[in-house]
Amino acid sequence: MSILCNSETKLIVQGMTGRSGTFYTDQAMTYGTNVVGGVRPGKGGKKHIGRPIFNTVRDAMTETGANATMVMVPAHNAAAAMIEAIEAGMPLIVCVTERIPVLDMIRVKDALKNSQSELVGPNSQGVLTPGACKIGVMSTADAMPGTIGIASRSASLTSEVVANLTALGLGQSTTVGIGGDPVHGIGFVRCLELFMNDPDTKGVVLIGEIGGNEEEQAAAFIKENRLAKPVTALVVGRHAPPQRRMGHAGTLSVFGSGNAASKNAVLKSAGVHVVENVDDVAQAMVGSLAAA
Amino acid sequence: MNLYEYEAKEILAQYGVPVPEGRIATSPGEAEDAAKALPGHKFAVKAQILAGGRGLAGGVELAPAPSMVAQIAKRLLGQRLVTAQTGADGEEVVRVYVETAVESERDFFLAVLVDQALAQIVVLGSASGGVDFEDRVAKEPGIVKTLPVNLDGTFADAACTEFLTKLGITGDKADQARSIIAALIKVFLRIDATLIEINPLTLTREGTFSAVDAKVSIDNNALFRHPEFAGLASSQGGDEIELQAQKDEINLVRLDGNIGVVVNGAGLALATQDGISDAGGKAANFMDIRTTATSLQVARGIGILLKDPDVKSILVNIHGGGMTPCDTIAEALALALAWSDRKVPVVTRLAGHNADYARQMLVDRNVPHERCDTMGEAIAAAIACAA
Repeated sequence: MSILCNSETKLIVQGMTGRSGTFYTDQAMTYGTNVVGGVRPGKGGKKHIGRPIFNTVRDAMTETGANATMVMVPAHNAAAAMIEAIEAGMPLIVCVTERIPVLDMIRVKDALKNSQSELVGPNSQGVLTPGACKIGVMSTADAMPGTIGIASRSASLTSEVVANLTALGLGQSTTVGIGGDPVHGIGFVRCLELFMNDPDTKGVVLIGEIGGNEEEQAAAFIKENRLAKPVTALVVGRHAPPQRRMGHAGTLSVFGSGNAASKNAVLKSAGVHVVENVDDVAQAMVGSLAAA
Repeated sequence: MNLYEYEAKEILAQYGVPVPEGRIATSPGEAEDAAKALPGHKFAVKAQILAGGRGLAGGVELAPAPSMVAQIAKRLLGQRLVTAQTGADGEEVVRVYVETAVESERDFFLAVLVDQALAQIVVLGSASGGVDFEDRVAKEPGIVKTLPVNLDGTFADAACTEFLTKLGITGDKADQARSIIAALIKVFLRIDATLIEINPLTLTREGTFSAVDAKVSIDNNALFRHPEFAGLASSQGGDEIELQAQKDEINLVRLDGNIGVVVNGAGLALATQDGISDAGGKAANFMDIRTTATSLQVARGIGILLKDPDVKSILVNIHGGGMTPCDTIAEALALALAWSDRKVPVVTRLAGHNADYARQMLVDRNVPHERCDTMGEAIAAAIACAA
C-alpha cells in the first residue's frame, strides 16, 4: 500500500504549539492524518487545536499509542528532540526543521545506531502517502494515490514530479523527502529497499542533486540487487558553476562528491532510466513501466 | 562562514597549532613595519580574501626584504583578485598578511571535516600537499589517507600511528603531528567548524611542523551559539546584495547571465538553471526563496533583479507549497514592479498551491507578464525576451 506511513499511522507533533507547528499540524489533520497529540515541555495536560499536549515523547506514546512523530522544534533544540524520540523507541521520526548544526546531527546519527527508529530528514518536506497520511510540509494539491514511489532531495521538485505523474494518470504510493542536509536520516538506498518490498509500488523515481553521494550509493545498491522494479532518476545542477555553493548544504562539495554528469553516468550504468529535465520524468516512468 | 587566513591562524594558534609568526596590514607602510617587527629575513605577503585558489592567482608572494614587502603590498592592496573560485568580478583585497617565510623540507596536507555518508568526523592527510593538491587528488585519489575520529573527539592511538606512517611521518615527528591533529579536532568541535584545512602543513628545515596556510569554515547553522564570531571581519565579508537577500529569507547567488530568475526551492532553482543553459540562455542569478519568506521580502528580492542593468528578462518559476502559496509570489511580483522605475519583460510559470488564484491576481492587478504553463515554454519565452 505504501512505505513508512499509512492510514493506521498515529502521529504526534514535537513543537506543535509554535507558529509553523500549528500551521502544518492543522494542514495534516485537514488532509486526514490521524494526529493524536503534541509534545511541548511544560505544557503537558493542556490542549492545542483540539489535541492533547504532553511533556515528553514517552508520555505521548504511552497515552496515545503514537507510532510516528513530526519534529518541528526550532533548530537549536531539534537534535535533542530527535534524540528524545529515538530513546523513547518511536518507530518513525520525520524532522522538518532546517538549519540544524551538523555536529548536532552527528550526535543524532550516533543515537540512531542501536535503535529501531527510522529517521527522515532533517530539512525534509516529509513523507506523504497520498490519500492516507501526510507527515510534513509538502504541497498535496496534485498528489494522487497510486503505484509510484518517490525518494527526493528536493521538496519543490517532488511537487513538480508529483503533478506531472498525476497529470499522466500515475498516482504515488509514497513520497519521501530525504532532506537537503549533508548528514541526514534514511537515504536513497533505504527508500529503495522499502519500495522494493512494498507490493503496491510498481516503479520508483529518484530526484537527486549535485553534491554528496546519495546517487552513487543508490546506483551501487541497484546494480548489486538487480532490482525488479524500474527506477527513473533526475539529478539537477548540471549547469551549476563549480566551486559555488547554492541552496542546500548538501551541495557543498568538499571531497569526492560527484557532479551531475558523474552521478548520471553511474546511475545509467546501474540500469536506471536517467532523464535530464524535470518535465521528462513522468513520461520516462510511463515508458519504463510499459517496458517492464 | 569562511574565515580569513589570519583569523583562522589566530584561532588555531590559541589551541596550540604551530603557525608562522605574522601580522596583518592595510597599507604598504604597515606591511613594511610588520616585516621589520617579525623574525627572519624572508617574508610571505598574502592577500586576504575569502575565496581559495589565491596562490595560483598571484595573491601570495615572497619578499627577501621589508622594502620589497611594501612594494608587493602596494600591488595587492585595493586590487580585485580573480581566482578560480571568485567569479569574474574577483574579490577586493583590503588586507594583506605578512609572515615570516618558512623554509620547507616537505609539504603535507591535513584536514578535519565531517564525512557525510558515515556521519563521522574524519582527519584526512596526504604526503603531497601544496598549491596544486586538488589536481593531484583528482588524478590519484589514493594519496589521501583517512583517520576516523570518535564522537567525543578522541581517536585510536594505533590508528593514528598507522595513518601517520602512511604519510611517511614517524618517530618524534609523529609525536608532533599527533598533538597537532588532537589540537585541530579540539578546535573543530569547539568552534562548530565544517572544515579545517591545513595546506601546506610544512615540515621545516629545522624539523618542526608549521601550518603555513589555513582554511577554516564555520557552520552557519551553529553561529547562534558562537557570539564570539559576530565581530570577525569575515562575518562582514561576502557579496552585499547576496547578504541583503539572505536577510529577506532568500538564498541568492549572482551569476553573469541576463535572465533574472525567481524560484522557490533549491532543487527547482537548480533545475531551472539547467533548463535555461540547455536552451542556450544564461541565468543572471540563482534564487531559492525560503518557505518562511513573506511577499514583502520576496518583492525586495525581485527588486534586486529589476535594479540590475544586466537583467533583460525575469522568469518567475514557482511551485506553490509549504507556506509559500503561489499568490504570495504574485503579490510580491506586483509590488516589485510597482516600486521599480526600470521594467523588463516578465514570464511566469505558476504551479501547485493556489496557482489559479495567483494567475487571476496578476490579471486583476494589470501586472504585465507572459503566462506559460510548462517550465520548458517559460524558459524559452524568457530567453526570447532577453535576446
